[in-house]
Amino acid sequence: MAVEMLSYIEKNTAVHRLTGVTKLLCFILWSTAAMLTYDTRILIFLFLMSIWIFIVSKIEIKEVSFVLIFIFIFLLLNNVAIYGFSPQEGVKIYGTSHVLFEIAGRYNVTLEQIFYQFNITLKYFTVAPVALLFIVTTHPSEFAASLNKIGISYRISYAVSLALRYIPDVQRDFRNIALAQQARGLDMSNKEKLPKRVKNAASIIIPLILSSLDKIETISNAMELRGFGKNKKRTWYSSRPFQKSDYLVLTCFILILAASLIITFHDGNRFYNPFQ
Amino acid sequence: MNRNYLSIKTIVAIGIGAALFMILAKFASIPSPIPNTSIQTSYAFLALMAAVFGPIAGGLIGFIGHALNDAISYGSVWWSWVIVSLFVGATIGLFAKRINIEAGGFTVKKVITFNVIQAVAQGIGWFLIAPALDILIYAEPANKVFAQGVFAGLSNIVTVGVLGTILLFAYAKTRSQSNSLHKEL
Repeated sequence: MAVEMLSYIEKNTAVHRLTGVTKLLCFILWSTAAMLTYDTRILIFLFLMSIWIFIVSKIEIKEVSFVLIFIFIFLLLNNVAIYGFSPQEGVKIYGTSHVLFEIAGRYNVTLEQIFYQFNITLKYFTVAPVALLFIVTTHPSEFAASLNKIGISYRISYAVSLALRYIPDVQRDFRNIALAQQARGLDMSNKEKLPKRVKNAASIIIPLILSSLDKIETISNAMELRGFGKNKKRTWYSSRPFQKSDYLVLTCFILILAASLIITFHDGNRFYNPFQ
Repeated sequence: MNRNYLSIKTIVAIGIGAALFMILAKFASIPSPIPNTSIQTSYAFLALMAAVFGPIAGGLIGFIGHALNDAISYGSVWWSWVIVSLFVGATIGLFAKRINIEAGGFTVKKVITFNVIQAVAQGIGWFLIAPALDILIYAEPANKVFAQGVFAGLSNIVTVGVLGTILLFAYAKTRSQSNSLHKEL
């Protein structure tokens, strides 16, 4: 049950030294740019740049390889599904049809479809490295502080921080309960019939939920006693002041977003069409 | 003070709830007879939390929990589906007063109310919002995303209907009923 999860990786690089606020804002700007555009030229530029940032951050591939494998499998399945459901989507979008070869019925291979699916994959690849980097280079408690700084109420930021803090605890509780129930002969695998399996799952989940609800009681009492929520504002132990590099990086990212939006939409179409 | 809509207890419930949602989504999905799909127990839990702590907690547990799970296990967030989790949690939470689980006693009438609400909320979320956002954000083929949405929606509705009801029963049993005190004669 030892499933790996992404978490903060301590290093001392230019990316790590940026404040959490900068990284959060850059991540949002970047995702917006990648989400809105379908222009291949911009996607390729963003992709190359994300690889460059990845190199600067000195995060090694093997530290995140398990996630990369997930992403590859997901993309493969997604591409197969897209082709299976809609082999003519590319033709519909780009308006032309350059058939390479026929398979059967409406299933033929067109340059447009290949180009369209290449774009979808590329789009995913431009977001993934930056998202990965954001997670592994931002300390969780600084993340909550950053959420507060960009204008989200500190109560909600604190809830996020609590969630991050309690994931390992809940995971340990879950494992203990699951092992204890399995020692008593509970089967969660394919060998058991489905209704029985659901019932077995319930007998793991119910104690987990009830013990967590008790935890909510304890934590909220402790916070109440320490006067949480008394003032309108709250300071954060891990928030850091802006440096010159923060302003510089933020300006760059805003320019990238603006440029990519202008290039994408100046001809009134999200898609870059090389077929016309 | 904002005490009314975001009490300390709600904040903590959001935090712990999101962590629990994430763990359930990651570890406690039950393999189903259909290949490559599993029964998502996390949505049954989301329904319980929404029914106990109300719309804001429900929505934010769905949103934060789902986004964290996506980010930590896949390295990127599939926003269109995260928003559906927010919607489902918030909508079920809106009717928390109706179900009034804190007062104890999960009667047949409440079971029906709960299931109608969750089926409608998830139906709108998975059959309409998720595919629409997928097309808008990711420009995926319409029939593919609708097939995915219908499939995810149906399996989640059934899961919440069965497991969510069981969870609510178990929770109601731990509360003392509001009319459990009576005057001694």
